[in-house]
Amino acid sequence: MKVIVCIKQVPETTEVKINPETNTLIREGVASIINPFDMYAIEEAIRLKERYGVQTFVITMGPPQAESALREALSMGIDEAIHLSDKAFAGSDTWATSLVLAKAIEKIGNYDLIICGKQASDGDTAQVGPGIATHLNLPQATYVRKIDSIDGKNKIMRVERLLEDGYEILEVFLPALITVVKEINEPRLPSLRGKLRAKKQAISVWAHTDLGLKEEEVGLSGSPTQVVKIFTPPPRPKGAIFEGEPEECVDKLVEKLKTHIL
Amino acid sequence: MKDRGIKVIKEKCVGCGLCIKVCPFSAIVLEDKLAVIDLSKCNLCGACKDACKFGAIEIFKPQIVDTGVIKDYKGVWVFIEEEEGKIAGVSFELLGKARELAKDLNSEVVGIYLGYNLKEKIPILFRKGADKVIVVDKPELKVFISENYANVIVYLIEKYKPEVFLAGATTAGRSLVSRIAVKVHAGLTADCTGLEIDKERRLLIQTRPAFGGNIMAQIITPNHRPQMATVRHKVMKELEESSSSVGEVIEENLDGEFIDQRVRFIDFIKEEGYKVNLADADIIVSGGRGLGAPDNFKLIRELAEVLGAAVGASRAAVDSGWIPYSHQVGQTGRTVSPKIYIACGISGQIQHLVGMQSSKIIVAINKDPEAPIFKVANYGIVGDLFKIVPLLTQKFKEILKR
Ligand SMILES: Cc1cc2nc3c(=O)[nH]c(=O)nc-3n(C[C@H](O)[C@H](O)[C@H](O)COP(=O)(O)OP(=O)(O)OC[C@H]3O[C@@H](n4cnc5c(N)ncnc54)[C@H](O)[C@@H]3O)c2cc1C
Ligand SMILES: Cc1cc2nc3c(=O)[nH]c(=O)nc-3n(C[C@H](O)[C@H](O)[C@H](O)COP(=O)(O)OP(=O)(O)OC[C@H]3O[C@@H](n4cnc5c(N)ncnc54)[C@H](O)[C@@H]3O)c2cc1C
Repeated sequence: MKVIVCIKQVPETTEVKINPETNTLIREGVASIINPFDMYAIEEAIRLKERYGVQTFVITMGPPQAESALREALSMGIDEAIHLSDKAFAGSDTWATSLVLAKAIEKIGNYDLIICGKQASDGDTAQVGPGIATHLNLPQATYVRKIDSIDGKNKIMRVERLLEDGYEILEVFLPALITVVKEINEPRLPSLRGKLRAKKQAISVWAHTDLGLKEEEVGLSGSPTQVVKIFTPPPRPKGAIFEGEPEECVDKLVEKLKTHIL
Repeated sequence: MKDRGIKVIKEKCVGCGLCIKVCPFSAIVLEDKLAVIDLSKCNLCGACKDACKFGAIEIFKPQIVDTGVIKDYKGVWVFIEEEEGKIAGVSFELLGKARELAKDLNSEVVGIYLGYNLKEKIPILFRKGADKVIVVDKPELKVFISENYANVIVYLIEKYKPEVFLAGATTAGRSLVSRIAVKVHAGLTADCTGLEIDKERRLLIQTRPAFGGNIMAQIITPNHRPQMATVRHKVMKELEESSSSVGEVIEENLDGEFIDQRVRFIDFIKEEGYKVNLADADIIVSGGRGLGAPDNFKLIRELAEVLGAAVGASRAAVDSGWIPYSHQVGQTGRTVSPKIYIACGISGQIQHLVGMQSSKIIVAINKDPEAPIFKVANYGIVGDLFKIVPLLTQKFKEILKR
């Protein structure tokens, strides 16, 4: 069995600060990390490897520096990494991104399960996972909080999906795609041996030509959506903060909230 | 680079650095008094182009071609989502917004309603803004399976060609519409909080938060139809119910091929013990590590009960095992935007803030006056939550007579 994990490198948002003068994000010196939800995707793949002896792959579409994200995944225990890096990919929306990822998955071939994170902490769309599934004509289970079982012989997987007001149990036939939430596991730290291995391991780099894609099918020209403007939201107005006797503070607060609640 | 990407026109650039200041991605540096753009960081958002006073930045975006095909697409569609046999609140909100958009487009509002035994629930859609409802009423559609629903809706889109397609940015909506958009080759904007029409170009201008709400993006889909968006709940206003509930019902009778046999629904287990879920809540009361022990969540639940609110939590509270993960608000939990968010004993780290900072009113209760949560709070009390929360509960009980 083959499991492929899709990961995205994102800025470490803890350090995203707004410059009060220019009202823009200060991103200098902001470290890049693996998208938090994708850590759970990596961990789940490694657990499947330990449980069922599957072969694990990690792929990312991103600029040259995204290689470090792939190495981190390798150091945790993923077997192989592939980097989809090409200037032509810049500006891809979720339609084009999921197309590129789908083509890469097809090229790896013979896969049984694709694992994505629930959503990326920068783009925030949660659209790439289902997008890949659709390009590959695969069934999907989004927001998975648990893989109950995998029946390798009949190729059926049973999962639990986290919904707004409870959870759903679903059976999907493999090959399939899932997106995962935090509840599914707790990601491990890389071992020293893993780190050493990851440092040395060769990583294939694929461009659009390797995927049989035309330049106009990817990047900006392959993207139906266009970002026309980016701005920072107006800062929240300064609040009224009450200090002192609890009873008085509570009275003041209730007075303020009353009209909104009644 | 051919006719795509971004370029600095060297002859026009004076090295003033204005573009560097406005770039949200720190993708521009000055080299020899010329702006140089790092394409691996650049998202081609155009902030620099707008800021440049010298017209020195060019962005090549695919041209808006007014193909005849696009003109064939008409109508503003709203996906009507079911939630335990009832129509979800967000669908009514979207019908209200769709009315506005349809007016600007000189077009009609169409509800797309899939499920089983829907008949009695159709008239309310007309009272809430729909002109037409396309209904697919089948036992196989009783449970929502995104593959099956996507197959049906793709068929409907290809048949009727809507100009705009809206759905709630719910777990169901996001999983479903992403599939549809890929199949019909349409652009899809996620989790919108603003929608307007550019009348001249008949474009839907979609505004959405990204980077956890730290930036807002405006997005258009010029060359593909329908223009698709998922929309955050509690942002758009639903219409007052009108008395006339007339409208056209179109019943679509598809054959069975839209069922994907590769996915089987087994069971749904409802989370017990909470009356209101985070997504539907107008008010959310959240607890953090400041509660100190699992039993103390009782205080939060009591206040929530009186206010008819949902219960949220910080990751610290969830990771301590005090409350299930489904209540976690923040970067690795849920994003919420209720009318009122009351944070008790939560410090307000950025990963928590990104999940709730678009709430209309934020209230913070924390003993530390320096806690970052106060920076985003509209109202706050500095003090001991063990004293303040019960007092609040009592006061609201009196006022609301509950
Ligand atoms: C401000 C802003 C707003 C945007 N809004 C939209 C929009 O509304 N609609 C739209 O179509 N595009 C939008 N985009 C473009 C979008 O962010 C990119 O297409 C991005 O490559 C993928 O989307 P995401 O970050 O939302 O990922 P998500 O769909 O949230 O990611 C889900 C999962 O998919 C996988 N994944 C995502 N990206 C990659 C990758 N590059 N490599 C490997 N795996 C990956 C990961 O497993 C991840 O956890 C926007 C971009 C910006 C800068
Ligand atoms: C990748 C990543 C993802 C994350 N995702 C999330 C996420 O989704 N959601 C999230 O919440 N966090 C998330 N975090 C964690 C986040 O950084 C914080 O650690 C967390 O939000 C802290 O929770 P807290 O505010 O409850 O606890 P603390 O930061 O410990 O704050 C407790 C607060 O309670 C106050 N307090 C204590 N006693 C009292 C009292 N008696 N009365 C009043 N106030 C009192 C204290 O003054 C303090 O401000 C994430 C972190 C990382 C690295």
